[in-house]
Amino acid sequence: MSASVPSTALSIQGLDKRFGALAVVQEMQFDLPRGARYALIGPNGAGKTTLINLITGMLKADRGRIFLEGQEVTALPPEGRVKRGLVRTFQINTLFPHLSPLEAVALAVCERCGATSTWWRNLPAYGDAIEEAHAILVSLQLGAHCYRPTRELAYGQQRLLEIALALATRPKVLLLDEPAAGVPQGESAELFSVIAGLPRDIAVLFIEHDMNAVFRFAERIIVMVSGRLLLEGTPKEIAGDARVREVYLGGAHRG
Amino acid sequence: MSVSTATPSPQQYLAAQMRWRPLEVAFWLATLAPFVLAPSYLVLASQIAITALFALSLDLILGYAGIVSLGHAAFFGFGSYTAGLIAKWGWGEPLSGLLIAGLAAGLLGYAMSFIIARFRHLALIMITLGLGLLLAEAANSASWLTGGADGLQGVRMWKLFGLFAFDLYGHTAYAYALAVLFLVFLAARRLINSPFGLALRGIRENATRMPAIGAANAGYIRTIYTIAAAIAGVAGGLLAQTTETVSLETLSFQRSADVLVILILGGAGRLYGGIVGAIIYMVARDQFSSINPQYWYFWIGALLIAVVMLLPNGILGGLAQLMPAGGRR
Repeated sequence: MSASVPSTALSIQGLDKRFGALAVVQEMQFDLPRGARYALIGPNGAGKTTLINLITGMLKADRGRIFLEGQEVTALPPEGRVKRGLVRTFQINTLFPHLSPLEAVALAVCERCGATSTWWRNLPAYGDAIEEAHAILVSLQLGAHCYRPTRELAYGQQRLLEIALALATRPKVLLLDEPAAGVPQGESAELFSVIAGLPRDIAVLFIEHDMNAVFRFAERIIVMVSGRLLLEGTPKEIAGDARVREVYLGGAHRG
Repeated sequence: MSVSTATPSPQQYLAAQMRWRPLEVAFWLATLAPFVLAPSYLVLASQIAITALFALSLDLILGYAGIVSLGHAAFFGFGSYTAGLIAKWGWGEPLSGLLIAGLAAGLLGYAMSFIIARFRHLALIMITLGLGLLLAEAANSASWLTGGADGLQGVRMWKLFGLFAFDLYGHTAYAYALAVLFLVFLAARRLINSPFGLALRGIRENATRMPAIGAANAGYIRTIYTIAAAIAGVAGGLLAQTTETVSLETLSFQRSADVLVILILGGAGRLYGGIVGAIIYMVARDQFSSINPQYWYFWIGALLIAVVMLLPNGILGGLAQLMPAGGRR
């Protein structure tokens, strides 16, 4: 469309959200460059998941604007934002229990290609879509499990399928809401190596509580406290910041 | 396509799942048996085929897309009155009449689908129930058009293809209803195996995830609801044409409830569930009512409780567990 691709993949400007009297997100703003590997951290209840819901359109923001590669998407419904390349995964597995991973990912691919409006041709006629779905599953080490119903997959495999579904939409920006939630410590490293290995043209923002993973995989970290942006910086800057220590460890621990 | 001994490609695997099974072919051949084995039951057989078609249409929305309806008779009855009225007003040609009945019910379904697509679960039960009751009462009060409680009289059908008259023994009726059921079944089978059918199952399995993969649920729901309404209208039209009368019962809550029971009995989301359910339910009703004309609903109740307790996924769901080859699609 344009000769020069904007260097900012996602830009959030002044997002506000209130639930009644409770201000959950306030004046939130940040930019995500192309190919970024950013982490969003903050204590429980800081509004991180609400922010993801606002960015993806699952909740409507009271105020503020959202730009994807320079184009405003604030007015678009969630599926419209996905079609533009703004995609998320869920903290709690949000999958299709009775579909096999192959069917589920093929569904996402078919949706992207516009094949899902077709009812007079059998699914196997869409060989390219099926091959693409299978390739995504293989790349996430789910190739051996792609024919079983999703609900029979191990928990960690279901976490990977969350990412596979998102990848099938060919995202430009991928928001991962605690991708390793519920995964044992040892296995979460494996999951994060998958995330680190995602194509470099995808900008990734992930919410994570495991600070080891955050400091290892994030190039920059956004800290959110009580619905507001506290600060943004490199892992080194964040680790050395007194305010972050205060929020995470509190006075009592150090006292 | 080369046959390899190694694991099949994903495409081949999916194609194999959709292939016709010998049991399916045997089933459809068996539907021809009543012509030879039970010629005195052809009227009942035609009613079963019509009910099976009605249940198939409900399966498309309930079993595949997860849209609950307790007012599906609205479309059955609308198609029934449309087909009946066309014939009464002087156009007794069955095939075109049936087509118009389907189109009319489909239009009604399309209009209602805009409301349907906005709700789910309990709210949907109430809305579909309400729409069904509205239409039933409208037909009751418009007795100048529908004949009211006396039913629509004066429906005269022409010969099918100009050759086969609708006889008292139901030869033409069963052949006609069965042929329509089979053709619609073929289309429905193609539909559920298509990418569109996969999207419907996606909505059933997780309506929240669908927008997150870029899918607008409302559009799919509107489409399948319209298609299901048209099929229900065809089923209703068949009943009007083969019995040459239309009663208010075609729009009744009882009929909406019956078809739901039939589908759950047979197994929702299995394509054959509605057909098997219709056979068992209507044969059982016929037998029970001849044993005990007054209290036959007692036995229907007992049958329902037994099936739901022993086979929570319906009769076909229970059979599928015995035969690992036939999975839920």
